[in-house]
Amino acid sequence: MRRFALLVAALLASPALAATYAITGGTVATAVGDTVIANGTVIVRDGRIIAVGAGLPVPAGATVIDATGKYVTPGLITAMSTLGITEVEGVRQTNDASARTTPFSAAIDVTPAINPMSPPIAVSRMGGITRAIVGPEASNEIFGGQGAIISLADRTDILVRGQAFQLIELGEDGARTAGGSRPAAWLNLRNGFAEAQRYARNPAAFDSGRDRDSLIKRLDAAALVPVVEGRVPAVFHVERASDITGVLGLTREFPRLRIILIGAREGWLVADKIAAARVPVITLTLHDLPDSFETLASTRSNVGRLVAAGVTVGLGVFQGDSGAQPRNLPYYAGNAVAQAAVPGGIGLTRAQALATITSAPARIFGLTDLGSLEVGKRGDVVVWDGDPLELTSAPVAVLIDGVPQPMTSRQTLLRDRYRDLAPGALPLQYNK
Amino acid sequence: MMRFLPLAGLLLVAGCATTDKPQPATAGTKPGDIVSVPLDPFPSTYRAYAGVTTVIQNATVYDGTGKKFAPGAVRLENGKVAEIGASVAIPAGATVIDAQGKYVTPGVIDIHSHLGDYPSPGVEAVSDGNEATSPSRAEVWAEHSVWPQDAGFARALAGGVTTFHVLPGSANLFGGRGVTLKTVYGRTAQEMKFPQAPYSLKMACGENPKRVYGSRNQLPATRMGNIAYDRQTWSDAVIYKRKWDDYTRRAKAGTAKPTDAPRREIAGDTLMGVLNGQILVENHCYRADEMANVIDMSHEFGYKVTAFHHAVESYKIADLLAKEGICSAMWADWYGFKMESYDGIRENIALVDHAGACAIVHSDDANGIQRLNQEAAKAMAAGNRMGFGITPERAWTWLSLNPAKGLGIADRTGSLEPGKMADVVLWNGNPFSVYSRPEKVWIDGAVMYDWADAKRRPMADFELGQPGAGDPK
Repeated sequence: MRRFALLVAALLASPALAATYAITGGTVATAVGDTVIANGTVIVRDGRIIAVGAGLPVPAGATVIDATGKYVTPGLITAMSTLGITEVEGVRQTNDASARTTPFSAAIDVTPAINPMSPPIAVSRMGGITRAIVGPEASNEIFGGQGAIISLADRTDILVRGQAFQLIELGEDGARTAGGSRPAAWLNLRNGFAEAQRYARNPAAFDSGRDRDSLIKRLDAAALVPVVEGRVPAVFHVERASDITGVLGLTREFPRLRIILIGAREGWLVADKIAAARVPVITLTLHDLPDSFETLASTRSNVGRLVAAGVTVGLGVFQGDSGAQPRNLPYYAGNAVAQAAVPGGIGLTRAQALATITSAPARIFGLTDLGSLEVGKRGDVVVWDGDPLELTSAPVAVLIDGVPQPMTSRQTLLRDRYRDLAPGALPLQYNK
Repeated sequence: MMRFLPLAGLLLVAGCATTDKPQPATAGTKPGDIVSVPLDPFPSTYRAYAGVTTVIQNATVYDGTGKKFAPGAVRLENGKVAEIGASVAIPAGATVIDAQGKYVTPGVIDIHSHLGDYPSPGVEAVSDGNEATSPSRAEVWAEHSVWPQDAGFARALAGGVTTFHVLPGSANLFGGRGVTLKTVYGRTAQEMKFPQAPYSLKMACGENPKRVYGSRNQLPATRMGNIAYDRQTWSDAVIYKRKWDDYTRRAKAGTAKPTDAPRREIAGDTLMGVLNGQILVENHCYRADEMANVIDMSHEFGYKVTAFHHAVESYKIADLLAKEGICSAMWADWYGFKMESYDGIRENIALVDHAGACAIVHSDDANGIQRLNQEAAKAMAAGNRMGFGITPERAWTWLSLNPAKGLGIADRTGSLEPGKMADVVLWNGNPFSVYSRPEKVWIDGAVMYDWADAKRRPMADFELGQPGAGDPK
């Protein structure tokens, strides 16, 4: 009985049963190059985009979403977050991003922690975020574990891809978790990769072939196999230019490694090397303080210079990004546009800025059917009441897999409850 | 970042500057002298730098009091705002800036910063913001931790900040004195001090003090412990003040000798300053119910809370805050990073303003201080989606005049009214647009930041010779 009920719920929420929606009359920023369609129409059927163009006819039976005077974009993708695995960062029962005393490292997988009911998912969705990369934070090893990719849809099954990448800490954080120095962290890295290679060659002989003081567990070695074999990307957190070039050099020893950099605040100093290695970067646009010895060259021109050099850059919220929230990613993108006006500064065009929160994260993580408004892609579409990168704009409609999403959250309910403080017939807690 | 540290809360006790001349430490050595507590023993040595008479015209001007002039013009003269209006007189020899399409505002004032106390780089050796060694450390002064070589000052300036208040952290119930600085580098903290600004006392409610001390198995481990410790501290402060009042009365009557003066207690000086109305109370407090407890406590001991900081639940008691005349210093949308911020909403600032209470946008963050205008824009838009019709010129009061009121300096800065300090920002576009940045910043009439002139962009000692030094950030 219970199984049956769950099945029905899944069917109801599935894109297969979704209707046809025509979003009409808006300014459509497709995130395909710099294409912006005036008076554009986006038609979504059965969860997929079936047409995008200027003034298209509305199919019979389609539900019309009038976007006249509004903007339309692909659903936004945060290239990193803790959505679904952390509700209140400072309340440890709700924070599954790290595990201080676990004996495991690379094998840790965030997937079982993902909670579709976690309020930050709805809050982010109302900000136009439709997909999120979800990453662990390194606990007591440089290998932080395996991240996932989720949908922010209002439904119970939101996992898009589990075991989507491995998070690896080098630089200052890596040095700390490895016992206190960068050389120790690099030794841990090489040891982990080497053990994974041994495990891959002969899993049965793994235990007998190991040194007695080996640092890595069987499950951790197994989790690193797809990383060294290039089937799963490795997201390296490094900031200092010398640490970045060190990571880029790893492919000499581990040629199949698929490297993604996160942080990379001094990336602009070695932008040509990052571009030549075809390595993408996840960062934010507003880091400009020398707030550690590995971020001395921080500048708001970092992203602009990386993109100008040909690097794919996606914006994401990572540990220590003070005050950053996924719903504010459009403003991080918009500020990169503002940087272009600063004499001597390098910024982004509006199209490049939009790409950092749509098509670029999709490309970085191989989400081939997400990140832009093109025929055949998933129906993740956001309608905005103004320029999507502007501080005063907000989504008025969000579709995920072609399904319109509720535009409420705990925050809107609190707002409505406390709008009128005049004494009433009953306490405010009766106002729901 | 800071918000997660036990140090995060700040208590500021601002030292109040009064017009009294500082008393030498040896005061009271001669018969007939009356010993008193010096009110300003670390006096400001700030000096305004040279400016020229400047007219900015054809701009859109938000004056900081809620008025807009479009077209608008401002004349800066002798370090002060001389005139504001649709147009202003242009004296011979004045520098004239045609600001067509640009905006002019008062300098942004951040009422809650830890710049200098938690400077860049964030290494332990220079992390000096929380004297987390006792729940009450009213004796410490934030200015004595300020490192004048914090690169964060230059970034704040480039974000249009002309005045900011440095508070001790929130690990303690009584964090110590806060200090108001101008965004003008000096070799010493004294050279940055806003002349004659009142001091503040930083206090903290809630999770931070109870966690820091509860984890050491000492009082306070609970919110009731917080208030109990607070009340005992105030009760002792009342006795300290009574001793000084009694001594002073007797000394003036000629019946007390200098040696009869009470023993100076540095913490007591600050608490007494609050009770005497000379020192403002800036109280870190997230939850509405805790604010209400603090308000009752302030009535019990006869002091006034000037502002609640990090007041994410002010919207739940905006009517009470309006009645009490207490400002709320708020983020636009930080929420959910700790339990007491769980109910944060983006409409908080607008709801407080709408209720007729004093609303302030604050940062508590070395990065956030650079874009307080953008935080105000988000808050304004959230309010307008509720139908409040908040104008940009109204929202600008959250960024300059209201924080100036919350720091006791609104008679001298915070708006472009003639006679006030010429603390002015020229923006290359609408400051509530994400695409705009400050082009020029004047402080006391001097150009202290110019995005097009490297000679008018400061660089802290720490950044000299480092990778990326000189890059227009």
